[in-house]
This record gives sequence, C-alpha cells and structure tokens, in this order.
Amino acid sequence: MSAVIQNLVNRPYPHGFVTEIESDVAPKGLDESTIRLISARKNEPEWLLEFRLKAFRGWLAMAEPVWANVHYPKIDFQAISYYAAPKPKKLASMDEVDPELLRTFEKLGVPMNERAKLAGVAVDVIFDSVSVATTYKQKLAEVGIIFCSISEAVREHPELVRKYLGSVVPLGDNYYAALNSAVFTDGSFCFIPKGVKCPMDLSTYFRINTEASGQFERTLIIAEEGASVSYLEGCTAPKFDTNQLHAAVVELIALDNAEIKYSTVQNWYAGDEKGVGGIYNFVTKRGLCKGVNSRISWTQVETGSAITWKYPSCVLRGDNSVGEFYSVALTNNYQQADTGTKMVHIGRNTRSTIISKGISAGHSNNSYRGLVRVTPPAEGARNYSQCDSMLIGEQCGANTFPYIQVRNHSAKVEHEASTSKIGEDQLFYFAQRGIGAEEAVSMIINGFCKQVFQQLPMEFAVEATKLLGLKLEGSVG
Amino acid sequence: MIRPEAKTLLEVRALRASVSGIEILKGLDLTVKAGEIHAIMGPNGSGKSTFAKALAGHPAYSVTEGTVLFEGRNLLELEPEARARAGVFLGFQYPIEIPGVANSQFLRLAYNTARSERGEDELDPLEFDDLVREKMKLLEMNPDFLDRSVNEGFSGGEKKRNEILQMALLEPRLAILDETDSGLDIDALRVVAHGVNRLATPDHAVVLVTHYQRLLNYIVPDYVHVMGAGRILKTGGPELALELETRGYDWVSAEPAGAAA
Repeated sequence: MSAVIQNLVNRPYPHGFVTEIESDVAPKGLDESTIRLISARKNEPEWLLEFRLKAFRGWLAMAEPVWANVHYPKIDFQAISYYAAPKPKKLASMDEVDPELLRTFEKLGVPMNERAKLAGVAVDVIFDSVSVATTYKQKLAEVGIIFCSISEAVREHPELVRKYLGSVVPLGDNYYAALNSAVFTDGSFCFIPKGVKCPMDLSTYFRINTEASGQFERTLIIAEEGASVSYLEGCTAPKFDTNQLHAAVVELIALDNAEIKYSTVQNWYAGDEKGVGGIYNFVTKRGLCKGVNSRISWTQVETGSAITWKYPSCVLRGDNSVGEFYSVALTNNYQQADTGTKMVHIGRNTRSTIISKGISAGHSNNSYRGLVRVTPPAEGARNYSQCDSMLIGEQCGANTFPYIQVRNHSAKVEHEASTSKIGEDQLFYFAQRGIGAEEAVSMIINGFCKQVFQQLPMEFAVEATKLLGLKLEGSVG
Repeated sequence: MIRPEAKTLLEVRALRASVSGIEILKGLDLTVKAGEIHAIMGPNGSGKSTFAKALAGHPAYSVTEGTVLFEGRNLLELEPEARARAGVFLGFQYPIEIPGVANSQFLRLAYNTARSERGEDELDPLEFDDLVREKMKLLEMNPDFLDRSVNEGFSGGEKKRNEILQMALLEPRLAILDETDSGLDIDALRVVAHGVNRLATPDHAVVLVTHYQRLLNYIVPDYVHVMGAGRILKTGGPELALELETRGYDWVSAEPAGAAA
C-alpha cells in the first residue's frame, strides 16, 4: 500500500528545463564591490546604494538563524552569483522579448500576450534577476495604478520607493531580509492610488534560470486609502543538482480602508526523490495594516523548494484592521518546510484568521510555526487559528508550533489543531466504489484544502488543485 | 429466485485466506447464480466478514489458495477497484468516514465511474442531483446528507442507509452486504430491505452476511448457508434460518463438516 503512495508522489518536475539564453552573470562572491556593481548595473541613485550597503554591513554582523525545524549544510554565500540577467535586456514591447524566453514562458503556461489579456491578468515576469516584461501597464496607468518592476519604480517613482521601501521589513529585520536588502536585483512594484479598486488581478512570475545564481527579489505593494488590489505570484526553477538560494522580501502597506490580497503558488524545484538539489526558499513577507479598517490577506500554496522558511505576517496597527493567512504546504520526498505566519495585534478591535493545512508525504517534514501576539493597546483583539496536518505514508513528519502571547485581557484567541492520515481503509473504501488511489487521494486532499483554495482567484485555484495532484502522483497505494 | 437456466455469477472453490498470517477461511465453496439471494449466517469469528472482504480485495486479507470466478473471470487477479468496476459491491459493516469530501461528490464520482465502465456517458452534477434525490426518497433519506462529508458524523443507521444508497446507484451485478442489518432499528431495517429487494432482479444477485435472522423477515433468501471455522457447514432454504433462530448454531457445528442439506 505505501508503495503505491510512494509512486504516486514521485512524478518528474515538469518545469525543470534550462533556457539557452545569453546571460550577463556577475562573478560569484559577495562583498561591497558586488553591491556597488549591482547598483551601478541598475543605474541606481545614491540613497539606494547607501540602503544596500547599510543592510550589507548589518548582515555581516548577523548569524544565520537556526531555530527553524529544517536541516541543511551550511550555505556558502561566496559561491553564489548575485546578479544574472538575460541579454539583451529591457524592452519596450513584447515583440522585443527574446523568442527563446517567450517559449520558456509558454512552456510554463504563464499567461502573457493575448492570453494575458483574455485572462484579464496583468503580468510582470522576473527571469533570474531582471524584470522582462510587464503587460497591461498602459491600461492600468489610466486609472493611476503603477505596476512595474521595482528597478523601473526606482527610476520613475523614487519618492514612493524611498518612502516605503524597508518600512515594513526593516533593513536588519532578520538574516535573509538583510541579505535581500543588500543584494536585491528586481521584483515588482505596485501602487494603487486613493479610492481605486484595481480592475484586474496583478501577477508576477518568477523564474531562476542560471545555475549557481541566487534570486533576491523585492516586492513592494502600496494600497492607498480605500484602494484594493489582488496580487498573484507564481514561481518555478529548472532542475539543477546544486541548491539555489531564493531570499525574497515582500512588503505590503494598506492605508485606511484599503485591502490587499496576496496569493502565491510556489513551485520552485524541490530536489529529486533522493533530496539532491532544489531551491532554498528563505523568504520574508510582511504586510502592514497601517490604516483603520484595512485588510491584508495572504494565501499561499507551497509545493516546491527543498527547504521552505517563510512566515507571511500581518502587523495590525490600524483600528479594526483585519489580517488573514490561508496556507497549504505540501512536502514530499526529502522536502522540509517550516512555514506559518505572525499576526501582531496593535490597534483596537483588530481581527486575524489563520488557516493552515500541511500535507506531508515521502520522507518529508512539514512544520507549522505561527505567532499570535496581542499587544497591550489592542483592546478587543480576536484571533482564530486552525492548523491541520495530513500524513501520507509512514516516513513523513508533521509538527505544529503555535506561539501565543496575549498582553490584553479583552483579547479572544482560539487555536484548533488536528492531524489525520490517509489510511489503507479509506483508500479501500474508494477502491470498492471503483475509484483508484490517485483519484481518491486527490479528492481527499482537495477536501482537506478546500478552505484555502476558496480564497484563491479562480484560475489559480484550478492550477493549485492540479499541482497538488501532480506532486502527489505515485505517493499513494 | 432460483432458476436452473440462470447464469452463474460467482463461483468460489476451496478458498483459503488469512489475516496477519492467521488462516481464517479454510476451504470455502459457494456458487451464486444471477437472480439469487443468499444469506450467509454463522457465529462470530466463523469467517463471514473475512469472506466478504477477501472477495472485494481488501489488502489486509490475503488469499492463499482456491479460486474465485466472477462471470467467468478470475476475480483474484483484479485490483480492488477493478473488482468493483466489474460489478462486485461490498456494503461495509463499518462504513469509512472521509472528512472534507462531500457525499454528493463521492457518490457522483463512483456513479460516473460505473457508467463509463458500461460505456455510458457520465452524468453532469445537475442530472446526477436529480437522480440521487430520487433514490434517496426511496430510501427515506434526508437530502442534507448530500452536502455532508462522506459518513462523517453519521449515526450507525445513517451510514448503513448511505451504503444502500450507493448500492442502489451503482446497481452492481453482485452485492455483498456485510452485516448491513447490525445496529439498525426496525425502520432502518425495513428501508434497507426495500433497497435490497429492489436490486434483486433476474440479472443481479445479493449475498447477505448476517448474524441474525431478523433481516430475513424482510428479505426472503433463496439459500441460507451456515459458516463455521472458515467454511460453509450447512446449506438450506429459508426455513434453515428459522431453525437457527430457535436452535442456535451449536447443533450445526456438531454435525459432520460439509453435511449439506
């Protein structure tokens, strides 16, 4: 039976190809000159170079965090190239994009060009370190929305970038955030002005293409008073038998009555069935509900990466603000995930919801780690957390590490947790009704993840459902 | 109904099966023809449920010897899902709970799988909804069960009705009901019996595994078999069940093994 489970989970990674594109890659290694090189390549203003150098100096004095429930050999930060760009770069229209690159995105099923328009999704594509194309920009600009690469935003809207960059995730927030602040290369920037409801979902697609290059993208989203936006993010990488580092920072800022919904389907290469290769995904994501009645909602479907270390969080500063975290994390083979969220209640009557679904198969290890902190001024704060784990097979593990700190007596905090297992008897019951193991598992998993999938935009929900099916193929039986 | 010209559906010869290395079935023979209703009775531990699960292919039950032909095919070499698709239905003694999967979704998938096996078009959710509601009415089931997770939080009687609902939808060639009557109140028993009697047409056969004679007040079997120590000790007509009711099982096992009526 568990042999069938094994087979079901082990399906080859479909995005594991490398695109033959001439790249402009910086030499491996990291010191101040690397940072000056990145900054110079991107023609950055002096203040940004200072920002980077300050972060770098801070980083040098920091220690790699070891508290997460993940195990890996020490990373050699000098063996990584911190800048890789496809050449020729920066284009005015899609026609100028290297056709090889377009074929890559076609293979990946990224909606660009006509497909993007039909789907009504504006896409920014980050290939290694550089933003390749942003669709739909013009149309968004008509309503005052800025959606572009962060490099472009630095050039075109320096005042906005300068005001908000590092305002949610400070330079020295943690080891990987400091590293990102020093060496970030590209990422998306999104600004929704006062009162504007973004008419379409915005989307960024990330891909690491070059072996031994890291990806350090930086995303900054600002929703002004009364604005709202739904933002989607997808990630893949080719197969290499070395590990690649992905250390991103995402900052969200919601002002009064603003709403930001951030959805991720992460499918970085996870390594092979023996645990060789794969992406180290060390990401800092944080949203600040700065204004009253603001709302930030994180939805993530994490299926890839050899190691995932990620805690999309909400700082609920505005009164009546709302933070939400919906997560499905699936690990298989030798994948390790330590993921969860932090909800920090500061404003009055702030509310947060955490729904976390962890699925472990193979020899993988899946941990939920979450913090709910109610600070003294957070009168009337409420939190509801639900953390469910599902085990497939006998060799995997699941853990839940909830941290609850309440400093205000009026707070209500609820935590529920469950662990279940897809067992032989369930599969036999399906089989006896003519339903094979794969279909049975996919049905059980989809039922298990329903609360999270409901939060995803339609196309993403479909993609996520398929992805979980593919990931588990061969793991049941 | 017993018809000499009826086609043989199931032919079990000298079946031996074990669980965790312990032999439970020790040479069981049984022939079931289309249109017949068989009742397999016997005391606890006589191997009734093991026989039902071994036929359906439960992975914990391994067949060590003997043959099972279903409509002439070797049933034992088929995977459990292939046996189901071939038309063998097992009504579970303890139906399994599947949290998060809506009953309607599960029933539809099972139903459409059976349809495509027969080369028929699948029903879309709306068409299926009409059909399943009609069947539920016959079984006096509350339609709310469609929206609930499969068997989750169902009472014992609700679970059993749900099994009969599945049987009614799938219309299997051979239905083996493993103690479907246990734990049922009289109303539920009547409903279950109604479902079974509807299925019992000249093309279908039913094997009732039961501990008590009670169910047989509502379903009249063509044959009653008494199991003991892993094989069938005695076979008779409906009157045998009544005799068992008054005399118990001990006198059967006291007779020489294989002394059939």
